[in-house]
Amino acid sequence: MKNRFFAGMAPVAVLSFSLFASSALADVTIGVTISSTGPGAALGIPLKNSVELWPAEVGGEKLKVIVLDDAGDPSVATTNARRFVNDDKVDVIVGSALTPASIAVAGVAGETSTPHLSCSPVPPAISKGKWTFVMPQDAGLIARNLFAKMKADGVKTVGYIGFSDSYGDLWMGQFKAIGEQYGLKVVADERYARPDTSVSGQVLKLVAARPDAVFVGASGTGAALPQIGLRERGFAGKIYQTHGAVTFDFLRIAGKAADNTIFASGPAMAPEALPDTAETKPEGMAYVTAYEKKYGPGTRTQFGPHINDAMAILKKAIPVALKKAKPGTPEFRAALRDAIETGGPFPASQGVFNFKADDHLGLDDRAVVLFTAKNGKFEITK
Amino acid sequence: MDAMIATFLIQDGVTNGAIYALLGLALVLLFSVTRVIFIPQGEFVAYGALTLALLDGGKVPATTSLLVCFGAVAFLFDLWSMRLGTDVRTFLRSLALNLVLPGVIYGITIVLAPLDLPSVAKALLTILIITPMGVYVYRIAYRPLADASVLVLLIASVGVHLAMMGLGLVFFGAEGLRAEPLADDNYTIGALMVSAQSLCIYGATIAIIIGLYMFFERTLLGKALRATAVNRLGARLVGVRTHLTGVTAFTLAAAIGAVSGVLIGPITTIYYDTGFLIGLKGFVAAIIGGLASFPITAIAAIGVGLVESFSSFFASSYKEVIVFGLIIPVLIWLSLSGGFHEEE
Repeated sequence: MKNRFFAGMAPVAVLSFSLFASSALADVTIGVTISSTGPGAALGIPLKNSVELWPAEVGGEKLKVIVLDDAGDPSVATTNARRFVNDDKVDVIVGSALTPASIAVAGVAGETSTPHLSCSPVPPAISKGKWTFVMPQDAGLIARNLFAKMKADGVKTVGYIGFSDSYGDLWMGQFKAIGEQYGLKVVADERYARPDTSVSGQVLKLVAARPDAVFVGASGTGAALPQIGLRERGFAGKIYQTHGAVTFDFLRIAGKAADNTIFASGPAMAPEALPDTAETKPEGMAYVTAYEKKYGPGTRTQFGPHINDAMAILKKAIPVALKKAKPGTPEFRAALRDAIETGGPFPASQGVFNFKADDHLGLDDRAVVLFTAKNGKFEITK
Repeated sequence: MDAMIATFLIQDGVTNGAIYALLGLALVLLFSVTRVIFIPQGEFVAYGALTLALLDGGKVPATTSLLVCFGAVAFLFDLWSMRLGTDVRTFLRSLALNLVLPGVIYGITIVLAPLDLPSVAKALLTILIITPMGVYVYRIAYRPLADASVLVLLIASVGVHLAMMGLGLVFFGAEGLRAEPLADDNYTIGALMVSAQSLCIYGATIAIIIGLYMFFERTLLGKALRATAVNRLGARLVGVRTHLTGVTAFTLAAAIGAVSGVLIGPITTIYYDTGFLIGLKGFVAAIIGGLASFPITAIAAIGVGLVESFSSFFASSYKEVIVFGLIIPVLIWLSLSGGFHEEE
């Protein structure tokens, strides 16, 4: 008797739950998966902080934002993405902070036809997909600007030292692909791991190879270790760093050893120094002011602005998509994807995004500035 | 490769090796006395280095609040075990050890941190902050498991390691810190430049090795630790308080970790998760020493440092593979010679 009662009640419960759920779905739902712990925490934490600066509503629709931690682990990122799609019925997924985890999220996004804004550069095979859009500057864009600067500085031979992971390989790959066009020859290829306590061996080998300049393919404060080592061993040539190393923590750790180093960077690190005509200035200023008001002066990073840019794009794309369909439906997701792909250009803090069907990177040279470190500050290089 | 580069590499290898030696000694000490394979040893190093770096910046390091939290949890554990009846003395002792001591250290740090002390004083303060953590880690995680098997203790170690690493992320943030050197001078011996900091490292390593030797040979507590190491049950039968030896071993290990952190903090960038890799290299040395021999461990640690430094010169991409690959022939040799036999 009891069993039959429950058997009768179950469909009612399910029905009422789904009715309740569908009524809640009127809001635009955004799923954010970010590595706020684990090896990518240095990148993930500023991203997570930046989510809190998102507006409460866009285009008259309330935003429902769900933030999950993936610890930089691709399998956790996959689980998070599946949860977003199956349980939360999200309209768009944002994340992750690390490339392997972002690739995993892109897989789920493509399979379930959900727009995906990646906060980490993903390989071309993924960024050419239909549903994934990439926020950060890709390595090719940064490398072209840095290599051109090296050529202008008269550099012919380069010693390379980078992380012994995919980040390190990425930059070596750029030298192999386009280095020759800029007349650059790599005379040493050395690797180290971020937690290493010493790079003396690698530095000795670099110095022994007598390159004109050294290029460091590393990120965060981890990039400071070879920088300090090279200067301690008396290397006097130019040192070039990627946009992954542009943090105030880097300057704090490297101290005097950082002087005269050239950094590639996104414009969001120093919007104040940009000319007023720069399209990236208004978003950049708004973001940096809001972020440093909340988290303290000198806390801005290269990574946090990607979250701001994702919202800058959504702010324009969501109202367009709302005209075509209601949030929470597959039609809305498709309309949102189309709005992101064709609705550009989107001026944001790290560049001006102009996506096309065959270009989901969308950035051009406006997304790169070059800095020189001087006396513990980044100064824009003309 | 010329003689010049070789001397630089040897110097670098010995400096790092000396740190690994300290960690290896702590691991051997802990394993022989408590049968704990103490994976979180590296976390003490990271905590020590990060605490020193924060003290350099004139800030009150978060480890002091962590210490108070650890003490409070340990006190709760004590209360729970006292629930069936206790005397005033035990209660007061627990109160003093778990609440008053961290409170006093907290107070001292708050007063001293903004004063811009000389670097040696900051180093001592760091060691003072980190060392009691050994007591609380033992009380919270290992004392309830004192009679468990080596495997259970190992699993507990993994848990403690993950917990301490997570707390490190919360308290120190994800970006690394670098401390100021204890002494800023450089000396040139022939073509070789030796920094005062690396001389500190050699000196501290040798001093700690001698100190441990004296402690084990000359003091009653040291002899009790050795007795526990040889036979736990037997030691208890002749009146050695094995909990006391456990606490002593963990305190020593935490102190050695803090000293290593103070020594290594100024020569490299330390992250909340760096400790694991450093600890693991000490562990390689400890394994080569069969988790039993102090001198072999110390020599093996120098060897690990040298192999690391030379492999980073010749094949930087495969450095970790080479260093951790060292352990395989040693394990084969140990298992063939039968010198290392399972307790259980």
